[in-house]
Amino acid sequence: MKAILALIIVAAGVGTFAYILASRMAPLFRAAQGPRPDRIGERLFALYHFPHHRMPRPGYGDVGYPHITIILSLILLSIHVLMVIYAGFTGLEMPGMESTIGVAYAAVADIALTVLLAICVFLAIRRGHLKPARYEVPEKYGKDKSRPWALLLIGALGTIALLNMIFLGSAAAAASAAGEAHRFIPPLTGTWFAGIIMSGFSVSGAETVNTLFYFLLLISIFAYINLIPFDRMFHTITGPATVFLKKLDKGSVKPVQWGVEDEKVADLESFGVKKFEDFTWKHILDFYSCADCGRCSEHCPANAVGRPLSPRFISLKGRDYAFSHYPIRGPFIKNEPLIGDVYEEDEIWSCTTCGACEEECPVTIEYIDKIVDLRRGMVDDGMVPQSLQKPLNALGKRGNPWGKMEKKRAEWTKDLPEDVRIKDLSGGETAETLYFVDSITSYDDRMADLARATATTLSAAGADAGILGKNEKDSANEVRRFGEEMLFMDLRDHNTGMIQDSGAQSIVTSDPHALNALNKDYKDIPKAEHISQFVVRGLKDKNIAFEPLAESEKDKRYTFHDPCYLGRHSEIYDAPREVMDAIPGLKRVDMDRCRDRSFCCGGGGLMLFYEPEEEQRMGVLRVEMAKEAGANVIVTGCPFCLVNIEDAIKVAGLEGQMESIDLSELVARQIKKG
Amino acid sequence: MEILVCVKRVPDTSENEIEVDSDGKDIERDDLVYSVNEWDNYAVEEAIQIKDKVGGSVTVVTVGDQESEEVLRREMAMGADNGILLEDDAFEGSDGKGVATILKAAVEKGKYDLILTGAQADDGAAQIGGMLAALLDLPYASLVNSIDVSDEKKLKVGREIEGGNQEMNEIEMPCVLSIQTGINEPRYVGIRGIRKVASVEIPTYGASDLGLGSDAVGEGAAKVKRLDYFVPELGEGAEMLEGSTEEKVAKLIELLKAKGGIK
Repeated sequence: MKAILALIIVAAGVGTFAYILASRMAPLFRAAQGPRPDRIGERLFALYHFPHHRMPRPGYGDVGYPHITIILSLILLSIHVLMVIYAGFTGLEMPGMESTIGVAYAAVADIALTVLLAICVFLAIRRGHLKPARYEVPEKYGKDKSRPWALLLIGALGTIALLNMIFLGSAAAAASAAGEAHRFIPPLTGTWFAGIIMSGFSVSGAETVNTLFYFLLLISIFAYINLIPFDRMFHTITGPATVFLKKLDKGSVKPVQWGVEDEKVADLESFGVKKFEDFTWKHILDFYSCADCGRCSEHCPANAVGRPLSPRFISLKGRDYAFSHYPIRGPFIKNEPLIGDVYEEDEIWSCTTCGACEEECPVTIEYIDKIVDLRRGMVDDGMVPQSLQKPLNALGKRGNPWGKMEKKRAEWTKDLPEDVRIKDLSGGETAETLYFVDSITSYDDRMADLARATATTLSAAGADAGILGKNEKDSANEVRRFGEEMLFMDLRDHNTGMIQDSGAQSIVTSDPHALNALNKDYKDIPKAEHISQFVVRGLKDKNIAFEPLAESEKDKRYTFHDPCYLGRHSEIYDAPREVMDAIPGLKRVDMDRCRDRSFCCGGGGLMLFYEPEEEQRMGVLRVEMAKEAGANVIVTGCPFCLVNIEDAIKVAGLEGQMESIDLSELVARQIKKG
Repeated sequence: MEILVCVKRVPDTSENEIEVDSDGKDIERDDLVYSVNEWDNYAVEEAIQIKDKVGGSVTVVTVGDQESEEVLRREMAMGADNGILLEDDAFEGSDGKGVATILKAAVEKGKYDLILTGAQADDGAAQIGGMLAALLDLPYASLVNSIDVSDEKKLKVGREIEGGNQEMNEIEMPCVLSIQTGINEPRYVGIRGIRKVASVEIPTYGASDLGLGSDAVGEGAAKVKRLDYFVPELGEGAEMLEGSTEEKVAKLIELLKAKGGIK
């Protein structure tokens, strides 16, 4: 009788779960092609490494460590749960109790259950009473379903642990009542307490409790499993797949369509993501894997300044779309355009592609690729803000977003000091090292200082360096990331040809956006390095030495603002700091948010032209962070950062108190000449 | 609705440094990049939006040389269905009336309910729309900043009036409208869009196709001739405000008040 009841519960539970899971997988089969897993070793390492490194990142220990403990408890308890299910078919006797290992494992399970219950109580208090701010659901995203679900899931898990304890404790009580010795139960565990409470029960009383709670437990276990695919708990199933399939090359962007060669991209029927099924199946898996932890949005600079973007809801809206359009019961609902219905144009243009969200996500969900794919779709349909159309057209015609004349690209060299030697390779000369200047540093009056500083440094270090001059076009890092793939390909192909013709053996740049594009988006050219890396090498090889800081500078505190494309996307954190530390007399402090947690200055490339809706500027927040760290000088390593920080200092009213300088300028100022 | 939009290829002022050439009759045209006249682009966007709403087709036409084909293709990538290039050596040196005459002949080769032009082009003459309407003997509204397709025979058009006022008119079709910028948000045309229409056939009509004699168009017929072209000398009058931001703002407000800019 008991076995039949158990069979019904198990069969119903497993069957329903399989059915739900199958419907959840349906959109994946209609989705665009995803990446083919390669570099298996690296992926296995990612699977091991990321979850437990990301979960307890600074500031998240309160939930990170409990979460890791839950995972470990559940892994420990997985065999126990199978044994519990098995017990339904053997008269509710837990198997394996005749062996020492079995008894020892049962004792470990008792401890794990107790730990699990304790954590559930803690988490319930945290979500139900303490209510950390990052879980709040802003009004525009509708009713807060996040907290009710969280409490339900925590409650259900705790209930299962509790029922399990009563089931196990009643078995021990029944044995005691019958005058038999029961298995060893570690004192002070939940099972132990349950046994004590029921110690006065008669044999039949304890057995009734045992039977009743066994079936309650069994039903709870399967009810819980069937809740998994309806909310964030789905990450327990899809999360490992998302981590395993994560993008391994930071800073790169997915191809327009996986499996389609560059040459064939132009023939594609449609570009980017316009409807839900244009997402890759990996990206739909990402939506399922979102644990709704809110860390992405807590670190998103766009969200911080009130732009209409919160990465958390990029995922949750995508997930809810999948749930509502591929329902468990009933026919699939016809797809509709995503922009305007699920996502807003401004939401998608608000992203600076700084990568803070991806750096934080414990399940390594990709946001930039999705944003870029949505932008590709918008560009293909002509939905581009007027503020971006002009620079894009100018990039197509002149190779720079301002539409300045090609022949003026090297004009900054006219004001170089006489002893600085840098060749203009557009005349057919060759050089060992190519300095890739990029548009803003070539044309902007202020940023041309960075070009002159870099040329000065290269020259002082004795490098045989040259520039492409009028033959250089924009590196197109943002052209690609703003979704104009075909224009990007034109610019990339042009630059690739010019770089190859220059015969350069190495490339140096002072612009991390160019650095990223050259290293991630270009092929068959020498590896590019940032000027900070060149200087570090120069210091080591004794080609470069620094003069001590001027007396007037010695009281100042310098701080390095990690540019997104130098730091997070290129993982160059130490080189600029080593350079600064090599300058005698320079005092350096780090901001609270530095290195991989750096806060975007406002965005570079085409983002300079975009006019976002926002309450304040990212740069202003950043400057205030520097002030809080006690810095007087913000050192950047990127012309766009410098533009934004210089503006922000004025907007924040900190002129006279705060200065900014690019690392290349600092180096050129301090370098020993001759 | 059958819509014809007249467009022009012009040097892109935002992407060029304009200098007068040595003859003083024109600007230095080497090194210039060209694009579609901005006002015309708004007109084409408006035509496409009307077509999307009520059906029909959009044709873009230009008077120019072979290179003008690129702007036709650009507008076709935007969504115009057909392009017509009006090219002939005999057209060279036409004045405004000459160009309007060429366009009139092209209009008469088809059957259009609505003809749109940009309010003006790079030279700022703003004459083609009005002249074309007069030559065709059609009703005309200039500086149109909204079009509402109310019924099959009539349109409601909004016009911008000096001082930021707005006027609404009812106009019978067929008619000619000159379009003001800001009437819509023209869509972006990517490299991919332009490539898609790269091989679409664009018919070219010359003077004989249009039945135009040299007495009607070209330099011989032009009664307006450009005499000179120059950059005016820089006058005095710029004043740099000095001091801190607060001081500068205070001075600026004072100046604006003094000159009646703010009350």
